[in-house]
Amino acid sequence: MGGRAGQSRGAGWGRREVTGPRRFLSRCAGSVLWHFRPGSCLTSPAAAALRPPARRTTTPTMPCEGTRLRFPPCPTARTPFPLVPCAGMPGRRHLPRVGARMTLAAGCCQAESGPRCGGLRQRRPRRPAGEPSRPSPLPRAWAPLEAPVGVWAPLAFVTLLSFASRFYRLSEPPHVCWDETHFGKMGSYYINRTFFFDVHPPLGKMLIGLAGYLSGYNGTFPFQKPGDRYEHHNYIGMRGFCAFLGSCLVPFAYLTVLEMSKSLYAALLAASILIFDTGCITLSQYILLDPILMFFLMGAVLSMVKCNSCADRPFSASWWFWLSLTGINLAGAIGVKFVGLFVVLLVGLNTVYDLWELLGDLSLSLVTLGKHLLARVFCLILLPLALYTAQFAVHFAVLNKSGPGDGFFSSAFQSRLIGNNLHNVSVPEHLAYGSVITMKNLRMAGGYLHSHWHLYPEGVGARQQQVTAYLHKDLNNLWVIKKHDSNTADHLDPSYSVEFVRHGDVIRLEHKETSRNLHSHQHEAPMTRKHFQVTGYGINGTGDANDFWRIEVVGRKAGKRIKVLRSQIRLTHLATGCILGSSGKTLPKWGWEQVEVTCTPYVKETPNALWNVEDHINPKLPNISLDVLKPSFPEILLESHMVMIRGNSGLKPKENEVTSKPWHWPINYQGLRFSGVNETDYRVYLLGNPVVWWLNLVTIGLYLLMATCAIVAMKRGVQLTAEFKELSEVLLHSGGKIMLGWLLHYLPFFMMGRVLYFHHYFPAMLFSSMLTGITWDTLLKFCAGRLSCSMGRRVYTYGTLALMLLIVYSFYLFHPLSYGMVGPMASDPNSPMAGLRWLESWEF
Amino acid sequence: MLGFLKQPVVVTAEINVNLVALTVMGLVNRLWALSYPRAVVFDEVYYGQFVSLYMKRIFFVDDSGPPFGHMLLAFGGYLGGFDGNFLWNRIGAEYNMNVPIWSLRLLPALTGALCVPLAYQILVELHFSHCAAFGAALLILFENSLITQSRLMLLESVLIFFILLAILSYLKFYNLQKCSPFTAGWWFWLLLTGVACSCAVGVKYMGLFTYMLLLAIAGVHSWHLIGDQTLSNVSVLCHLLARGLALVVVPVAMYLFFFYVHLTLLYRSGPHDQIMTSAFQASLEGGLARITHGQPLEVAYGSQITLRNVLGKPMPCWLHSHKSTYPIRYENGRGSSHQQQVTCYPFKDVNNWWIVKDPGMQQLVVSNPPRPVRHGHIVQLVHGITTRYLNTHDVAAPLSPHSQEISCYIDYNISMPAQNLWRVEIVNRELDTDVWKTILFEVRFVHVNTSAVLKLSGASLPEWGYRQLEIIGEKLSKGYHQSMLWNVEEHRYGKSQEQKEREVELHSPTQADISKNLSFMARFTELQWKILTLKNEDTEHKYSSSPLDWITMDTNIAYWFHPISGAQIHLIGNVLTWASANVATLVYVCLFLWYLLRRRRKICDIPEDAWRLWVSAGGLCVGGWAVNYLPFFMMEKTLFLYHYLPALTFQILLIPVVLQHLTDHLCRSQLPKNAFSALMVAWFSSIYLVYRTFSPLTYGEPTLSAAELRALRWKDSWDILIRKH
Repeated sequence: MGGRAGQSRGAGWGRREVTGPRRFLSRCAGSVLWHFRPGSCLTSPAAAALRPPARRTTTPTMPCEGTRLRFPPCPTARTPFPLVPCAGMPGRRHLPRVGARMTLAAGCCQAESGPRCGGLRQRRPRRPAGEPSRPSPLPRAWAPLEAPVGVWAPLAFVTLLSFASRFYRLSEPPHVCWDETHFGKMGSYYINRTFFFDVHPPLGKMLIGLAGYLSGYNGTFPFQKPGDRYEHHNYIGMRGFCAFLGSCLVPFAYLTVLEMSKSLYAALLAASILIFDTGCITLSQYILLDPILMFFLMGAVLSMVKCNSCADRPFSASWWFWLSLTGINLAGAIGVKFVGLFVVLLVGLNTVYDLWELLGDLSLSLVTLGKHLLARVFCLILLPLALYTAQFAVHFAVLNKSGPGDGFFSSAFQSRLIGNNLHNVSVPEHLAYGSVITMKNLRMAGGYLHSHWHLYPEGVGARQQQVTAYLHKDLNNLWVIKKHDSNTADHLDPSYSVEFVRHGDVIRLEHKETSRNLHSHQHEAPMTRKHFQVTGYGINGTGDANDFWRIEVVGRKAGKRIKVLRSQIRLTHLATGCILGSSGKTLPKWGWEQVEVTCTPYVKETPNALWNVEDHINPKLPNISLDVLKPSFPEILLESHMVMIRGNSGLKPKENEVTSKPWHWPINYQGLRFSGVNETDYRVYLLGNPVVWWLNLVTIGLYLLMATCAIVAMKRGVQLTAEFKELSEVLLHSGGKIMLGWLLHYLPFFMMGRVLYFHHYFPAMLFSSMLTGITWDTLLKFCAGRLSCSMGRRVYTYGTLALMLLIVYSFYLFHPLSYGMVGPMASDPNSPMAGLRWLESWEF
Repeated sequence: MLGFLKQPVVVTAEINVNLVALTVMGLVNRLWALSYPRAVVFDEVYYGQFVSLYMKRIFFVDDSGPPFGHMLLAFGGYLGGFDGNFLWNRIGAEYNMNVPIWSLRLLPALTGALCVPLAYQILVELHFSHCAAFGAALLILFENSLITQSRLMLLESVLIFFILLAILSYLKFYNLQKCSPFTAGWWFWLLLTGVACSCAVGVKYMGLFTYMLLLAIAGVHSWHLIGDQTLSNVSVLCHLLARGLALVVVPVAMYLFFFYVHLTLLYRSGPHDQIMTSAFQASLEGGLARITHGQPLEVAYGSQITLRNVLGKPMPCWLHSHKSTYPIRYENGRGSSHQQQVTCYPFKDVNNWWIVKDPGMQQLVVSNPPRPVRHGHIVQLVHGITTRYLNTHDVAAPLSPHSQEISCYIDYNISMPAQNLWRVEIVNRELDTDVWKTILFEVRFVHVNTSAVLKLSGASLPEWGYRQLEIIGEKLSKGYHQSMLWNVEEHRYGKSQEQKEREVELHSPTQADISKNLSFMARFTELQWKILTLKNEDTEHKYSSSPLDWITMDTNIAYWFHPISGAQIHLIGNVLTWASANVATLVYVCLFLWYLLRRRRKICDIPEDAWRLWVSAGGLCVGGWAVNYLPFFMMEKTLFLYHYLPALTFQILLIPVVLQHLTDHLCRSQLPKNAFSALMVAWFSSIYLVYRTFSPLTYGEPTLSAAELRALRWKDSWDILIRKH
């Protein structure tokens, strides 16, 4: 490893010598200028090119030019971190390999990463098509690894802080907190290999399960409700895993901002916001999906930004690396929650923009363009799709035992699950009169034909017994097949010979529990007004002619027998000609929120109107082991998605329920109680650090103002100095992307009908924090640029320092929110938090 | 002085015969036999009731949209001398002689007819040939669905008219921009754009989509203006301010004005009072105002009050108690305190009266002078008829086991002490020392011992609770919700010491001396909020459809059916036009993308001018179609085919645009051009034929036989009513 690194480093140095002038130029054009490089008070690329020796000087008080942007040299003592004279590129060679005497080398860090993956500006001069990519692409992929301490020290520092803040008091409280009850439980299901149903894709819970498994948790803790003590069960592994991923967010944000703005202070500001935000800490410390989701999300953003920076060297190894890493992270993000789609959208828009730029570049041939397009299709569409599918493959392979989620799925699906009554099923194969059956709707996530003792309420069709579709297995799902014209007793008589039901027969279905017949008539169905109502009618099986149904099998000829499970059955009402179906709409409270069953007069071949026989009990027939239809993998995949989507849209808030509204979130209006209610409890309250959040909020306004000014100024053709152009470039391009990310992760929630929670905002909050870093950095630079040399430097340094101190101090005030409070509530004047309840809606 | 006489007075009039002819054709086509059928057709039953209410000046709330459209219809009724006496209860009911059906239907028909010349003019302003413009107008003229919709007392044609007017005036304005900004004509068209937009939004909220589109287009144009460096900064600023004034300020002001007129016209209380707050109701004549008129404003210790829940969902109700107790055990086996029930009751009742009592004193009457109750005071609430105290304790509520039960305390001598102290928190107070006022102030009752808040859960109790609504005590943990807020509605100062006298007092009506007036803005905000949030139960309609059905017109709506003759009116479009419009859209999008990609590679297939024309016309037509169509995919309300008509209008305008582009740029030589023209003639005649074929269903006459009707059922999914003989 060491040898390898040394080798590649050598190559790097060598190459740098060769491309010296160009790189030098580009570095000056990049915002390297903004790093206090003693003696490098350069203002324009031209100036930089003209006066290279100035860069070598290390005199701390080099005078600045008057008219140009006076960006001052910085004596190391005045900066928050001791800055090392960055000796320009040629001088770098003489840097000690281990920077013992320097902790942070702000300028050098740029010098390192800047030219390697140039900013947006640097890819403008594209290579002509067909020119071979530059040599030795391999080391570039791992470029950061060879970097000297200068790059790594601040990164290591923020990473350390991040890990420390997330892992501090990780095991507290030692009981189930908030949604741990769900995700912990689902982790256990994976360990126990029990099938369950959840509205989110499986990756997050699989990873939790894996972490638990590896850390020695045996899956026996029931996770029944929040507040249950863990006792001897090992839960630290799972929490630690989530905390680990949550801690990674900070370095990711740091690197992203650094890459985008080329400014160390911006990166540090963004990182410190995330480190010291109580909300992010709390959300990372428990067994939840959010840290996992945000990990992949930030990973995707980081690799997208890195990939953009490598745009001047397309098809190089690092380019491929970051591009495919973006795809991998995207797959991860959607694999955890569907909210990951927003980051997919962000990356998608970025890619479209990229391709559009490439298309406009006439120096590229169509073939090259095609390659670009294909590379992106492969890395950003096919690769994530494959990975996403693979997750499901693992999910289905692991969960092979019957569990609480069975009823949501079709008969075929259930036959895969060990312990389900359809697994290796042994039933009479052909339907006969007198059989007791259950009928399952073929629609995705369709229910069993169901009835119960309750009547339709007044005003909803005829006041007869309800017939619904029900997703759970239940005795009320049982029906008896009878001949339409004969009486009940016949079939039970042992002397009576078995008669099979055949395609095209007219039958009657009697509900076993209530002995009413399946009935339909020309009344409006309760929800789907175009259809007819289906009821249970008659006493002890005696009804009228509206109880007769013709049973038909799809794609069969008349007279054939009807098979259990295999046959797709259609029931046609004899009197009205309508077809029994399930509309998929949920009935109101009177119908126990089960699914509506109707008789549709429109003859359409939809799965809504098709049923299959699932259970089949007939003592007179021999049970035969059936080779049940094993569904193919694509079918399972499609089905589970339909079920998830239905589940998600079913999470509607109830009337008079207090729910969190999206507008609450950015203003930190109200938190979420993770643990503890009373004074004596150990209380954890998910609430953002208000100073940080309000700073973020203000920054969004500030950003819009600055961006508008910049863009209008450019449009009006105001003559800007090169520095301001540079600044507005960062502001509009990098800031714009981040802003887009924030919008994409925030606005869609306004249109969602489902129940929303405060924690849904956190992905958007990550973007908002990065934006804060970039915006304030730009603002301070702008102010500094207006002032005189030394003043400007002071404003910039102290401004950043003040912001960071503010953040740290507010964290000191609010840290009990995440690390737990005991004692009187904040509304009590004796509480240590008494003065901190700034909004009445906070409840800690 | 008399110099002007030296010159002859010359009036030069330019008359565009095309335009006149189109207008006349439109009028004939839309106004023909307008008062047939003399029966309620489809949604006339819905809009008619509002017209009647306008005539009677009775207040109503319609959640389907803002009031301007209803007002226009009512204006028609006013012109015809309608007195509002008609029972709008069923489709197909014959109109009385007092219903001036012709003038009620006139306005929609006129606006529908004017859409034809508007379409012509729009294409002319887009710099397309008069031939193309004439074609567009003809297509609108022969579109059966638009005809049906405009011949009845419905709002879509009015909406489409205002949308087209807004587009046209913006185009006029934009064309004037280049040569003569800030002239009278320029201002006229700019302001007209704003006014037309606000009218469109005022008729139906759907108008908002087109308004947004116009704002976006104006934004793009302004952006070009900013980039125009020949203009000085000041003039750019003036341009922007003028646009801001005309396109934002004027529409908002107009919108407020509609509501102002609406609220001024409707000053009587009526059937929808209940959903408004007490304060709003008190501002209407009759109704609550009659009851509360003159009651004391400030609640004092000893006051007798009724408490209304502010949320009013699922229905408006008042805090109520009665002699019955909670059952010892519920159906599911849980136990209760077996104390007296406290519910929320949706009707006025003597059992809704409560007395505010000072915990420190025994008396239940108001002292002299009255001691007012202020924010933060602790009170007891005594039920007037049963004299029991409002109480809550750590017992699960009947239907919401996570919350506390609210009861009127009965002392069973078991270890369950009374916990009947409540802190009054005025939510919309201005000062912390505010006195609790009736009607205006919304109050939260926080239980002193458990800090639970008195709340309406929205569930209705089973039989033992007489199906009244459940009241619970919710731990104050989940923020504010209107269901936790109460306001005093009826109020009097209690005078009787004895229970018997008090009962008599409670039964007597309240006395009066002050009235309350809400400001217009307060009333507007409340009404607007109610319109936006009020949700009817979205039960599916027989003729409702999904947006996907609309493109291909897989659905129709039967509007009216004569029970004897079998004549019928359907909302059914000109199939050929719809299909052509779809094809045109597809062709446009494909060609646009093709040009766009090629231009990016610096290959210009068409000249720059043609490209600009192509983009602007397409942006308007395809954009208009998209913004008026796509949002419906995200809507959860019941949708009908007529929601597609605005989008369809835009799509129809696109047909001639695409056709002219094809002839101009793709048919290079003369022969294909001739062939193309011939094709056009054939195509236009078939459109006319289709229009003729379906016109019996459009106009409702002549009556067709069953066989003819069956022949008209071109699609299986169409629901054409055929009588069984």
